[in-house]
Amino acid sequence: MRAISVLSDLILPLVIVYILSCGYSKKINVYEVFIEGAKEGFKIVMDILPTLIGLMMAVGILRSGGTLELISRAVSPIVRRIGFPPEAVPISLMRLVSSSASTGILLDIFKNYGPDSFIGRFVSVMMSCTETVFYTMSVYFMSVKVTKTRYTLAGALAANVAGIAASLTLCQYLWG
Amino acid sequence: MLNYLWGAMIFIGILVAAFTGNMAEVTNGAVNSAKEAVTVCITMLGVMSMWTGIMKIGEEAGIIRSMSKGLRPLLKWLFPSVPEDHRAMDHIATNVIANFLGLGWAATPAGLMAMEELQSLNKHKERASNAMCMFMIFNMSSLQLVSINIIAYRTQYGSANPSEIIGPGIITTLVSTAAAIAFAKAAEAAS
Repeated sequence: MRAISVLSDLILPLVIVYILSCGYSKKINVYEVFIEGAKEGFKIVMDILPTLIGLMMAVGILRSGGTLELISRAVSPIVRRIGFPPEAVPISLMRLVSSSASTGILLDIFKNYGPDSFIGRFVSVMMSCTETVFYTMSVYFMSVKVTKTRYTLAGALAANVAGIAASLTLCQYLWG
Repeated sequence: MLNYLWGAMIFIGILVAAFTGNMAEVTNGAVNSAKEAVTVCITMLGVMSMWTGIMKIGEEAGIIRSMSKGLRPLLKWLFPSVPEDHRAMDHIATNVIANFLGLGWAATPAGLMAMEELQSLNKHKERASNAMCMFMIFNMSSLQLVSINIIAYRTQYGSANPSEIIGPGIITTLVSTAAAIAFAKAAEAAS
């Protein structure tokens, strides 16, 4: 448990030190390159903003109108049996379909339960180890016109379910 | 896909509100959430720009190239049907490393080129080859080491320790990736 928290504290500083050292050893003007990269980051966020407004508005409607609560309550008897938080069902499903829509639900969970609540921590970890399967698959396979994807979908879903199960187990162990 | 999904979310949300009598809250919910998206993005601007700035240094220093050398033995094992010096291997390595570092904009073009090269090795053009299935499943198991945007979101909502999820995130990412490899290898053996 301590090891995991040490890892959390160390990784960002270590990555920064490592990359800076690489930059200096290649005689790069690191400060200028940093500024250049930061500008790109600025542009990325600005590109995300309209999407996020649209999707957070939609999630806001789902939340305030009671739909999210309705879904949680409907699935609650089934998922509780395996110890899965019912409030996390909508985001787990959405995660497979759209990255920005699941981000909208993530922020909604942070707002309603707080990022340091059990559910807030669980969805944070869960979002870090899952991917938007359906979107990625269709883009990649469509680009080469492959129609028979065989066991790809099953494999990707299995990997994501494994990630979700691992997140739940680990979060229960750490913060349960 | 989002074209229909977005509309469905709004229609269903309003319909449910009408039945449960929460219509008055819907207006507030929509307006406040839209407003909140902007506040979140302001926090994101700082964290994201810091990260892309640091990563740009790594990119210029040739980190993707040097790390992909270390990845070779693993890729050889994952893609036995792809010749070792084939261009597909370079693109796969770039895609994996870029995903690993959270460089989404560098990962996607490399991934698409990897698919193209894999397709050139594929005998049945409509059917995904074993290498393609492995690449896609591996890719979709989430490879990103640090989800910097999640940390930014947690900061925005006042977490006492926004980065405490990095360690658990790395461990669970390892689990999902290991499951991906195990599944793809088993399916290969069965087919």
